[in-house]
Amino acid sequence: MEPILTINNLTKKFGYLTAVKNLSFSIQKGNVYGILGPNGSGKSTTLGIVLNVVNKTKGDFHWFDGNVSTHDALKRVGAIIERPNFYPYMSAEQNLKLVCRIKGVSESKIDEKLAVVGLLDRKDHKFRTYSLGMKQRLAIASALLNDPEILILDEPTNGLDPQGIHQIRQIIKDIAAKGTTILLASHLLDEVEKVCSHVVVLRKGEKLYSGRVDEMINSYGFFELKTENDLALLEALKAHTNIGNVKVEGDLITAFLNGPMSASDFNKLMFEKGIFLSHLVKRKESLEEQFLQLTDNLN
Amino acid sequence: MLRLVQIEFQKLWLNKVSLVLIFISFILPFTVLILSSIKINFFGFFTLELGELGIFNFPIIWHITTFFASYFKFFFAIVVVSMIGNEYSNKTLKQNLIDGLSKKEFVLSKFYTIVFFSLCATLLIGVATFVIGMYYSSYTEATIIFREVEFLLAYFVKLVGFFSLCLFFGMLLKRSAFALAFLVILYIFEWIVFWVSVYIFGTVDAAFKVKSFMPLESMYNLINQPIQRIVMTKFPEKADIMYDYGVHWYEIAIVLGWTAIFIFLSYRLLKKRDL
Repeated sequence: MEPILTINNLTKKFGYLTAVKNLSFSIQKGNVYGILGPNGSGKSTTLGIVLNVVNKTKGDFHWFDGNVSTHDALKRVGAIIERPNFYPYMSAEQNLKLVCRIKGVSESKIDEKLAVVGLLDRKDHKFRTYSLGMKQRLAIASALLNDPEILILDEPTNGLDPQGIHQIRQIIKDIAAKGTTILLASHLLDEVEKVCSHVVVLRKGEKLYSGRVDEMINSYGFFELKTENDLALLEALKAHTNIGNVKVEGDLITAFLNGPMSASDFNKLMFEKGIFLSHLVKRKESLEEQFLQLTDNLN
Repeated sequence: MLRLVQIEFQKLWLNKVSLVLIFISFILPFTVLILSSIKINFFGFFTLELGELGIFNFPIIWHITTFFASYFKFFFAIVVVSMIGNEYSNKTLKQNLIDGLSKKEFVLSKFYTIVFFSLCATLLIGVATFVIGMYYSSYTEATIIFREVEFLLAYFVKLVGFFSLCLFFGMLLKRSAFALAFLVILYIFEWIVFWVSVYIFGTVDAAFKVKSFMPLESMYNLINQPIQRIVMTKFPEKADIMYDYGVHWYEIAIVLGWTAIFIFLSYRLLKKRDL
């Protein structure tokens, strides 16, 4: 595996407030990473530090193999943070030309990247005439200009309407499909779940979890059950060793597994006991439920 | 270096306001220079011809043009503070850094632009003065023409120093209007230092010596006012109006020192700041 970014014991203090506390994780080539955490958990600060706009208090980080300066590394990185920042009096094309000059890449890719985000026909319009969705798409085009090895996106869908959110997500998925490493910071769990393979969970500047999304919690999933004869079912569930917690909500019974069991095996077992299920679904916790479980455990 | 200048030029060139201000700061001194060099007839009452006063004679013309032209530096000063203020208000400074411009490069791109502009302004004033001088001056021997050409150097150093001060204030305060207001505050502060020095040292001369180390005063001292010198040429026998109007190496050294301090502080400020 080729490392793209390595962070070791990074700490950032703003006066008395510790925004990032002893954070360590690394990003490998080819994966789509999510940084997940509620507002104010230190996501943007962490990205700010590795992008050279926020000074770290302690710890260190290095890009790629550690032999390039942050300044040079950033020319191989594409990043957008919080809001799209461009010169309002310049057109989209002029803004991108400026970015090309800063990154030291040729201007030949401007049209291509504008086409990727669907802004080619508006390239001569001034930036200030753009809607927020268009501004955000221009920011993505700008971040792609140098064909980056990693694309960093901080809350890319923040403040957009559903259509805009959908467009941005589609663009991210297309880019990820081409094998570009992506680091996506978000507080929207379904966004991370839909796009990311790996996740770093932060809360109050501390890392709660980092690893694959599907291994976030060791869980065998749960059954959602309905039957005519609730009492018999509850008794049968209590007797089974692989069933842990059981929750009853109205006529819906939720049984959490603490060992592996398939839905068909369970159905067969109930049938043998003379319990007939009118509803049987096996599910895994969504990222949201896992996230809440993870953050609750520490409270 | 070329890359940094190109980057800054694109930012300025496409901004209508700064473009207009740059043109004004170039064209206005010329217009004034040319207007003052032609014979103006006030509706037949009298004719005003400044050339007759002898102010367009070499070598005094170098002194006079650079002194008056330096007042037009305020137009470009507005450009300098707004080119920092806009970067903060548009948050493009943050974006520039993320895109791969280092903080050092950012400050240097502004500084190179200042030097480049000052150089252009100096060259233009130099050429215009030379042409007008050749036309009006009673003396056109090469040794007299190029005597006191050091006023051009002083003019250049003065511009670079003043714009570096503006750059630093822009960096410090992040807002163009505040930065310009701070120039006024600095001016008042220098007078306070002057009066405090009068109180401490007891003499005005000593106080002026102290003040001459302050940023604005040191820039002003590079090119002393030429009015008294014009009067001097009219009344050569009056010794009490004699004064030292020359450009001295130590005056240039003080301003260059301030320039270095301002640029370094701008960089330090940006480096320490979380954006």
